[in-house]
Amino acid sequence: MSKQDRQGSDLHDPGTTVRERKFDDAEPPIGWDGQTLQEMLDESERLAEETGHYQGLDELEMKEEDRFTYERLYSRLRGALVSARETALHVSASPIVREIGELCFQVYTPEGDSIAVSTGIIVHVHTGSLAIKYMIEQDYEHDRGIQPGDVFCNNDNDLGNVHTTDVHTFVPIFYDDELVAWADGVTHEIDIGGMTRGHDQLASTNRHEDGLYATCEKIGEDDKLYQDWRDRGQRGTRTPMYWDLDEKCRLAGCHMIREAIHDMIDEVGVDTFKQFIYEAVEEGRQTMESRVQERLFPGTYREASFLPITWGDKAWQPGSRQDMMNHLPVEVTVDEDGGMELDMEGASPPGPHAFNCAEGSMEGALWVSLTQCLLHDGKVNDGAHMAVDTHYPEGSVTNPQDPELSYHTPWATIFPTYQGVWKCISRGFFSRGFREEVVTGYGEPSDAIQGGGKLMDSFADAIPDALGDYFPVGPFELSCQGLGASACRDGLDYAYAMFNPEADLGDVEEWEQTQWGLIQLGRKVKPNTAGHGKYRGGTGWEGMYTVMGSEDVSLYCLSLPDVTWCSSGMSGGYPHSTSYSVRAHDTDLASRTVKGEPYSIGDDRPGDHQFEQNIEAEEIIRDQSGMFWPEEFDNYDMLHYKMSGGPGWGDPLERPPEKCKEDIEDEVFTPDIVEQVYGVVGEYDADDREFTIDEDATRERRAEIREERAEETQSFEEFFEEEKDRVKKGDWNDGVQWMYEGVFELSEEWADEFRGFWDLGDNYSP
Amino acid sequence: MTDLSNDRVRSLIDGEMAWDELRNEVLPDPKDPNRFEKTREVLQDRVDWDDPILVPLNDHLYVVGTDEGRVVRTECGEDLCDVDENWKRSCRIRVRDEDEEFEELYPKYMHVDPDWAFELREWYCPECYKLVDVDAVPVGYPVIKPFDPDIDTFYEEWQGRPAPDREGDDAAAD
Repeated sequence: MSKQDRQGSDLHDPGTTVRERKFDDAEPPIGWDGQTLQEMLDESERLAEETGHYQGLDELEMKEEDRFTYERLYSRLRGALVSARETALHVSASPIVREIGELCFQVYTPEGDSIAVSTGIIVHVHTGSLAIKYMIEQDYEHDRGIQPGDVFCNNDNDLGNVHTTDVHTFVPIFYDDELVAWADGVTHEIDIGGMTRGHDQLASTNRHEDGLYATCEKIGEDDKLYQDWRDRGQRGTRTPMYWDLDEKCRLAGCHMIREAIHDMIDEVGVDTFKQFIYEAVEEGRQTMESRVQERLFPGTYREASFLPITWGDKAWQPGSRQDMMNHLPVEVTVDEDGGMELDMEGASPPGPHAFNCAEGSMEGALWVSLTQCLLHDGKVNDGAHMAVDTHYPEGSVTNPQDPELSYHTPWATIFPTYQGVWKCISRGFFSRGFREEVVTGYGEPSDAIQGGGKLMDSFADAIPDALGDYFPVGPFELSCQGLGASACRDGLDYAYAMFNPEADLGDVEEWEQTQWGLIQLGRKVKPNTAGHGKYRGGTGWEGMYTVMGSEDVSLYCLSLPDVTWCSSGMSGGYPHSTSYSVRAHDTDLASRTVKGEPYSIGDDRPGDHQFEQNIEAEEIIRDQSGMFWPEEFDNYDMLHYKMSGGPGWGDPLERPPEKCKEDIEDEVFTPDIVEQVYGVVGEYDADDREFTIDEDATRERRAEIREERAEETQSFEEFFEEEKDRVKKGDWNDGVQWMYEGVFELSEEWADEFRGFWDLGDNYSP
Repeated sequence: MTDLSNDRVRSLIDGEMAWDELRNEVLPDPKDPNRFEKTREVLQDRVDWDDPILVPLNDHLYVVGTDEGRVVRTECGEDLCDVDENWKRSCRIRVRDEDEEFEELYPKYMHVDPDWAFELREWYCPECYKLVDVDAVPVGYPVIKPFDPDIDTFYEEWQGRPAPDREGDDAAAD
């Protein structure tokens, strides 16, 4: 039992954290002009369907006739959201929120359409929308009640969220007796209970193992959280203090937004405010359509991504002990009006894993992708979402419609999928001449070491009682991966996260204040992680942890791309390297430290077992799979991890030798790999970090590689016959078999395309 | 509005533009509305054939208008196929699916586990053997056609003029 008293800590005394406030009730209907919220939602959807414009607004009257007021209101609203985020995050104690900024605030129309969003994890701008619409459609207005001062909570992915550890707080904003808007704050929790420690679990296989769920639940009134809800959080998570302060952070931010909106309405009047919020959403929709016409090429784009799930020898539950592979195809169509459609017909069925992804999660991820590649400016809101039609097949891993499943780590489905979407959009950029906007994809933000442990008594005495002796492990180093190359320059090195445009891995010291028993021994650039190409992908990096002064420590790793690639590069560029894992138990680290002897802080040359050269241990696990399930770690055990590079662009033989020289000197690539892939030959003085190009040898090597290409390739017809033979024999492993079988069962359309491509009979099935 | 000269477009295409210039003058919005046509002109000047480039597909592949119709052509002048077909069917291909083949590109442990029946398919120009695409897919995965451009919609509806290979069509009809 944690040292912390889960019922009596001063940190959780309502008297220290809650102000007394009594609101007047608002009698339903609470919508505008005597409408119910359901009537407003129905009318909004009807107008959008009939006119193609949000609320039927084919003209933005206020924007055109009173531009200053319109833009000032948007700036004030956006400013209020950013201010709420920057202020409220200091209420939190979790470094995920306070240091990394894994939180976001947004404002919605009464119908649940986002108007504006703060900085941060803006993937949630649309997920909150879905949760609000659910509450409307379930008639909370008359049943559960939606009143001034109420507080609602949701982290149920099936109703509007990304993964279960993202927790939303909703506050309805009334003006007089009308609901004028909703405020929503989201924070990424470091723990919500569940069958194992960690914020992106591997082990859970169904809802009941995911941890604490709030299903669009009313959790307070009169600005005060219900006692039973607070107790549930305190008793239902491993980190009650972080849970409590994160919740106060969200609530404080929502209340700041509410006050800012009241001030705005007091100044301009409620009718002006209403017109403004509708026009802002429609402007977002129009901006998206015009941006598509400005930047892309009409037509149909196709890609496919894959996720291997190596549960055959890892899973705990018998029902999930199988290898699987998720098929994540994308087809993006840009029509003549600038409309865009994303179709994932052929996606795999869901499975007994934590990577199932609700439709709302997929939509949120589409949104965060579009805001980074197409909509960097303008009114960033649900209007962009309305300009894109999506088809996430019902019953697939991208839209299971099954609350029984586990949705703890849908990111493992999202990351590969949107690599494909980014590549499709980048093809459009390239065709239009916008080479600087091309992004070949990204390093999947994973290799997330997670878990937790307890401090030994002697160490725990140094920690304030209120914090307890349990320490969670959930560093956000995964926020800094390599970005894919563009079509005119290399990818950004170790500085990108798809899910949060403000990628930040945080300071080691900050994390060590939380993860008391987990000590970082080193961080460095990881050679040969970047995808090859004329323009290489951004490089990844590696680090080393050990455990000290702790007991009952278990750690695990979510790692992508694992035993296969998820995607590739573009225009002849290669994918970045896959992951692997190295960990050592019962090591001589302590005695090496005492004697001042060197110890391993990296694994530059995994083929040479470099890590093992400076450490001895009873057991060293070196596995081609980077993904491992919760495993016990004792003091001085060691854990190596790596972060991905990004995919490349273009034929590597076209990379200037001078660039390859820089790559070697910056330890992005090793000389042997550069010679083999880029054909650049020379001498490397590792002590001085100086590579001297041998121009003649480079010329010869490049010519040799071109000759090898001619010798080692085959015609398409030869390839087709050989590959078809493997298809007919089912010459693949259990994971790939699981993929083909599942897709054939779920999508007759995709099965027909497969049979047609390989010229197989109608009766073929894998 | 940044109005890029053809020289600067050339510098962008060649990857020679300095980061400051790229960041301050090329990346920000709004973009030069004539970027497509300027890019097309620069690319057209570089190739040894006269048929008009209609759509640049990647570094070395173009959709080109010819007297025989629209085709996918490599930079070196090899016609791969009709625009409606999948140009990968006309490429030379190398498939890597074993440790030794992967380890020509990646260190041990940092590539696909061969037990997972996953392939790197490298697509080469059949004439000059430039590498034009790489796919990473499981064994048996169909070869996807990456892009079907809607060429006439683009030129006629979005650019307000006929595609370069159809410019004389109206006059001929008259």
